[in-house]
Amino acid sequence: MKTLLVAEYRDGELLNSTYELVAFAQDIGAESAMFLVGSESALPQYDGTLYLADTGKYSEFNPAVHKQLLLDVIAKEQPDMVVFAHSSYGWDLAPRISLALNVAHVSEVVEIKDGVPVAPVCNAKLRRDVKAKTAQMVITLQGGAFGLEDEPSGSPTVVQIDTDATAQVEFCGYEEAEAGGVDLSKADIIVSAGRGIGKPENLAIIEALAKALGGEYGASRPVVDSDWVDHSRQVGTTGQTVSPKLYVACGISGAIQHLAGMKKSEFIVAINTDKDAPIGEVADVLIVADLKEFVPAMTEKINNL
Amino acid sequence: MKILVCIKQVPDMESKFKVNSEGNWYNDTDLAWRMNEYDEYAVEQAVQLKEQAGDADLTVLSIGPDRVKEMMKKALAMGCDRGAHIADDDFFKKDPYEIASVIAEYAKDKEFDLIFTGMQSQDRGSGQVGVLVAEMLGLPSITTIVDFAFDGGQITAKRELEGGIKAIVKTTAPALVTCQLGLNTPRYPTLPNIMKAKRKELLSVPISELLKVEGKQETAKLYFPEKKGGGLVLEGDVGDLTDQLIKILKDKTAVLA
Repeated sequence: MKTLLVAEYRDGELLNSTYELVAFAQDIGAESAMFLVGSESALPQYDGTLYLADTGKYSEFNPAVHKQLLLDVIAKEQPDMVVFAHSSYGWDLAPRISLALNVAHVSEVVEIKDGVPVAPVCNAKLRRDVKAKTAQMVITLQGGAFGLEDEPSGSPTVVQIDTDATAQVEFCGYEEAEAGGVDLSKADIIVSAGRGIGKPENLAIIEALAKALGGEYGASRPVVDSDWVDHSRQVGTTGQTVSPKLYVACGISGAIQHLAGMKKSEFIVAINTDKDAPIGEVADVLIVADLKEFVPAMTEKINNL
Repeated sequence: MKILVCIKQVPDMESKFKVNSEGNWYNDTDLAWRMNEYDEYAVEQAVQLKEQAGDADLTVLSIGPDRVKEMMKKALAMGCDRGAHIADDDFFKKDPYEIASVIAEYAKDKEFDLIFTGMQSQDRGSGQVGVLVAEMLGLPSITTIVDFAFDGGQITAKRELEGGIKAIVKTTAPALVTCQLGLNTPRYPTLPNIMKAKRKELLSVPISELLKVEGKQETAKLYFPEKKGGGLVLEGDVGDLTDQLIKILKDKTAVLA
């Protein structure tokens, strides 16, 4: 089995997701080579061949051009599997590659079981084994599903690559996350509100519990998207990654993107009416209750201690 | 200006799912159905573009059994002009490549200036169909957008990246964009618009007229993941639950010390 790992680079730096790809190849006992549109100044710590195109020439985001660079390497390497991170870079580029190669494409793979990729369904409530009908395959890996046990090490054999493909889109730069607000990564205790709070008025009971515990309040994506809570308090892949001593998830079902942002918390309490909610997978304690009753009662008890 | 928005009907994610008798998808009975959340943002953005353009025609397309027409009527009530229903009772057995090829086949001669899709579906979550449609039609595509502006054929979009950073990307129509949560605030259809939607065109064609390829993968088995968490599950009277949790927090954490 031979894999081609598509590394990621942003704002002048190699992204750590690159090492999840390396871990994946090790995990399934596959040979690997790596592809990166990046720069000589930020090479991955990796023993193997690295096909490197320069972002100075080809930009950090340029799908049509990155596609051609990658297809040229695939033609040369003939990998059995082309492996991406399931990320804003990976899910954008991977379908362009699978279509050009005319091969199967499995998204957000969490494991390979007897050679068969496994992917989540319905917010990770279900899983499916996906049978590819082509010998070659493109896959994207769920963030955090694979990880190196040791610090990455090694130095790649760099092969410079070029193309004369033309761009379809113009990348004009980054807009940083809004400054200010709360740095949840420094909080010891976080009480977070999810869609289960139902309406913005109920945020007050979440804030009250956070205050009683001496912590901060956070929120999951749907609550932030509804403008009930400022983006700086969003926990998850597109918000903050936190690891407090106590995380209390109130009415949060546990979308993968949210779990990725909080599952390293030391102790996790979830309050949810659905005892099958995926948040139960990471919670130390799952309280099956209506948060609108439980949270105020809990706040009162704590305040009376 | 011609606009297409592609939407999917999905079960409410809070539903109690059961695996079907073939063991390859979830049972579709006893589920509450709704418009895929990402697609609601796509419909809203398409309607806003139509309103901005003035002289525009907006088609909403969906693939699935007869029940998806209910959801399409909501899109029509939100402001789409016509509906193209591609009838298929076996839609859940189609892979993203087949679904995309059907949409591309439908769209290829219609010269849409803009195509909107959600960035992924809530049930399958592959996130492939939008990009595949664009590639099949030879159009530029921008994925995961949280901001969209259109000015004289020029599209400026912001892609949402990890950690809250956005990438600003420009391209020119015709093009396809895939919509991320939070792109806009999807409108609620008003009663007059719901009534008006009943008179809008909603045509069904069988998928066999548009499906000309074979899938590249299939779901061999669908199942519930093994419970690994093994956390404590507490149920019962709220008063008792609060006492139990306080004891646990005192025993296992230092937060109440």
